[in-house]
Formats: sequence, structure tokens, C-alpha cells
Amino acid sequence: MSKKVLLNSKEIEIILHRLACQLIENHNDFSETVLIGLQPRGSYLAQRLADILTSDYKIKDLNVGLLDITFYRDDFRRRDEPLEATDTEIDFLIEDKKVVLIDDVLFSGRSVRAALTAIQSYGRPENVELLVLIDRRFSRHLPIQPNYRGRQVDAINEERVIVNWEELHKKDAVYIDNK
Amino acid sequence: MKQLSVEHLLGIKYLTKNDIDLIFETANHFKEVINRPIKKVPSLRDITIANLFFENSTRTKLSFELAEKRLSADVINFSASQSSVKKGETLIDTVNNILSMKVDIVVMRHPNVGAGVFLSKHVDAKIINAGDGTHEHPTQALLDSYSIYEKLGSVKGKKIVIVGDILHSRVALSNIFALKLQGAQVKVCGPTTLIPKYITSLGVEVETNIKKALEWCDVANVLRVQHERMDIKYFPSTREYTQLFGINKEILDNLGKKIVIMHPGPINRGVEITSDVADADQSIILNQVENGVAVRMAVIYLLAQQIKR
Repeated sequence: MSKKVLLNSKEIEIILHRLACQLIENHNDFSETVLIGLQPRGSYLAQRLADILTSDYKIKDLNVGLLDITFYRDDFRRRDEPLEATDTEIDFLIEDKKVVLIDDVLFSGRSVRAALTAIQSYGRPENVELLVLIDRRFSRHLPIQPNYRGRQVDAINEERVIVNWEELHKKDAVYIDNK
Repeated sequence: MKQLSVEHLLGIKYLTKNDIDLIFETANHFKEVINRPIKKVPSLRDITIANLFFENSTRTKLSFELAEKRLSADVINFSASQSSVKKGETLIDTVNNILSMKVDIVVMRHPNVGAGVFLSKHVDAKIINAGDGTHEHPTQALLDSYSIYEKLGSVKGKKIVIVGDILHSRVALSNIFALKLQGAQVKVCGPTTLIPKYITSLGVEVETNIKKALEWCDVANVLRVQHERMDIKYFPSTREYTQLFGINKEILDNLGKKIVIMHPGPINRGVEITSDVADADQSIILNQVENGVAVRMAVIYLLAQQIKR
């Protein structure tokens, strides 16, 4: 088993700032925009981006929510391990808002498909965009592409992309794990 | 780990503490779901559920049906009063006929004790007991405990008194099992004729004075007087029952503390509790009904998870 560092903490920080600036380019003051982190792992990225937008770019009253997609997944009863739900925290309406879905790794696209269904339970958004830190090219099962990507990776299916966050693992880093 | 230890929900006595924790955790998520603008998730869209009610029910049946629909399951309903049971069909035959239509889960209420257990041994479907005679009513006990947990933060160490007809009540029995499993202290209170002889062997205490019972407790779960199950007179008159065991605002106001009032419904207003108690802010009767849908969604979801394709 070999573990290769794809991004170190410095590179991640640069990418997060770039993504934040790209969001500002399209969403101005975020008055009509909500950021939704996909639980469990996308929530760290969403929170990090929100922190940067609020502290470095002085965005006020940013709406950040967390969305659990467990009950919308298409592999219920098709896995050996039971699915484990996490909390959803969306305490605002998304009707007519611009929604940015945020996740750490885009692989098959099935989580995003589930999130697109789930988000409709909170109203009809004006539009939905997708932001990911790592976009694994050539691995999609569905026609889903990100609007904002941190880094594009050509990893083969057997390899795993692992995102570590300071909050959980003491250090920001992205690894490719070759089993 | 995140799976129930049982294959059917036949009674609380078959569950573990972990099972109850898992059901509550899952119910928390579904409670959030049923408070969304769109209160539905697609998890069970390829599951069919039959609600077989061989005994009358309003809220349990509605609650189950709503829970099933909120999970996107297909639902068929059956009630004994309009069925071939009247024509002499056996329970297994009735159920097997229904299962031939490719049903995955059966929710059953039946007047006979052990009907759910019996069925689970003879048919190939998940069985959820929605009340079997005077035996168990597990989802009611789960929603009662969940409501206590939601209101008071935990069930462990809390003092709960169950008031009324303990003898005929499946709600009381399931509640005793559930509360003891979670580490609550339980007393039962009612006319001695309506308290089973060996009830203390379940680890509960008997109190025949309603005022003392209420002074002791954090929560009073008040049961309905079930006239339909009483073949003989267990107390002289309803009026006397009300005078001795009825809960009114005056009693509650004189307690010196605010206890939580619960009732599994349907309420006989003015018999076991007065209207002002049922509608008081310390009553969580309507929260119980709301929680019933979330808890039943959790139970159905967790059992459906075990059905392999």
C-alpha cells in the first residue's frame, strides 16, 4: 500500500482562497446564495469556505447549511453495511435562492444526484451549482460535472482519494491511496 | 453495529438498549424530515407494506400509514371488519394471500396475544406488531419513551408513573419493558382490581394513591379506561374511578412541581384526565402523536434495511 500526497496544507489553502474568489465572482454579496455542505465530509469544506468568505472577504450574513443525503441514496438495501444518517441543518428557505452544493471529492456523481433530490425538499432553488475540492475525472456514473473544482485528478478506480481536514486529522492534506 | 438485533418488531421485550438508542437516533433524523416543506424521502420506494388491522384503530393506523408514505413505500390496508376473516379464513391463509401480492412488511394489530410472534414463524415477511391483545404495543412504548427523552433530555433515572387500567393495557406492559430497559424508575397506579398480581416481578412498584404517585413522579402516563376489554365490573362506577384516579388541574397545581402529562389516546375527557389537564402546556399528548410518525418511520426504515434484494 502506498500513500501519495496530492495536496499539502499550503496548496489546499491557496485552492480554498481561489474557490472563494470564484464564488464571489458569481455570487457578489451572497444575499441570494446559500452554501450547502454535503454530510458528512463536505461540511468541513463548506465551513472552511464560509470562514474564508466571512473573515477575509467580509461577506456578511452568509447562509451555510448541512445536508444529509442518506435517505435519498440509490444504494439502500444494496450494500452490506447499513447506511448511517447524519444531521441535516438547514434553517433557512432555499426557494428562489442560488444553491451551491459543496463536497470534498466528486467520484461517481451518485451522492450529488441524491443531493439534488434532497435539496428539493426545502423548496425550488433558482439554480444549483456544484463545488468540489477534488474532481476525479473519468469515473462518473452519471452526467454530473462541477462548476468549481479545486483540483482535477486522474485516479484509477482501485485508488482512493482521501481528504484530511485539520479539524479531524490535525493537518489539511489530500492523499491518493494505492491499495 | 448500526442495525437492529431483531428481524421483526414483535415486542419491546425482544429489544436491547442499543436497539432503542438506534431507533431514537434514526427517529431524530425523520423528525427533521417530517418538518420540512416537503416531508417525504424516497428510501422505501421499492418496498410494499400491508397494514393488517384485525382490531379497530384510528391513530395507530393513520400514524403507520403516514410513516410508510413519508418513506415512499407502497401501502395496502386491510381491516378485519370488511374481510374474509368474517368468512372463516385463518390468519396464516389471510396473510399468505396478501404476501402473494409481493408484500415485504406486515404491520399487524390483532386481538389475540402472540399473534405477531405466531405469524413471524409462519410467513416470509417482516412483522411489526401494532398491538396484540393485552400483550404488547411496541411502537407506542417507543414513541412514549422518545417523547420523554425529547422533553426531559433522557429517560435514564426518570420517575414515571403509569396510571389506570394496567391489567388490560398493552401500552402499559410495553412501556414498562421499554422504561426499565432504559434505566427509568417505574410505578403503576390504579384500582387494585386493574393491577396484575405479579406486576412487581417486572421491577415496578404499585401505588394506589394517585396524589402520592404524582408527587413522586417526573412523568405521568395516563391510560384510557378500556371498557371494551372489561367483561366484568372492575370498579363500581366511572364516577368513582374519576374521583379516585382522575387527574385534574387542582391536583397538579398542588404538587409543588411541574410534571409531564402523557396519554396514548384516545382520551376519555373528564374520566382519566380533565380537559384542562389534557390541554395544559405540561401535557405532551400531541407531541406524542407527532413523534409517533417519526418513530414508526425509524422502525420501518431499520427493518426494511435488512431486506436484501
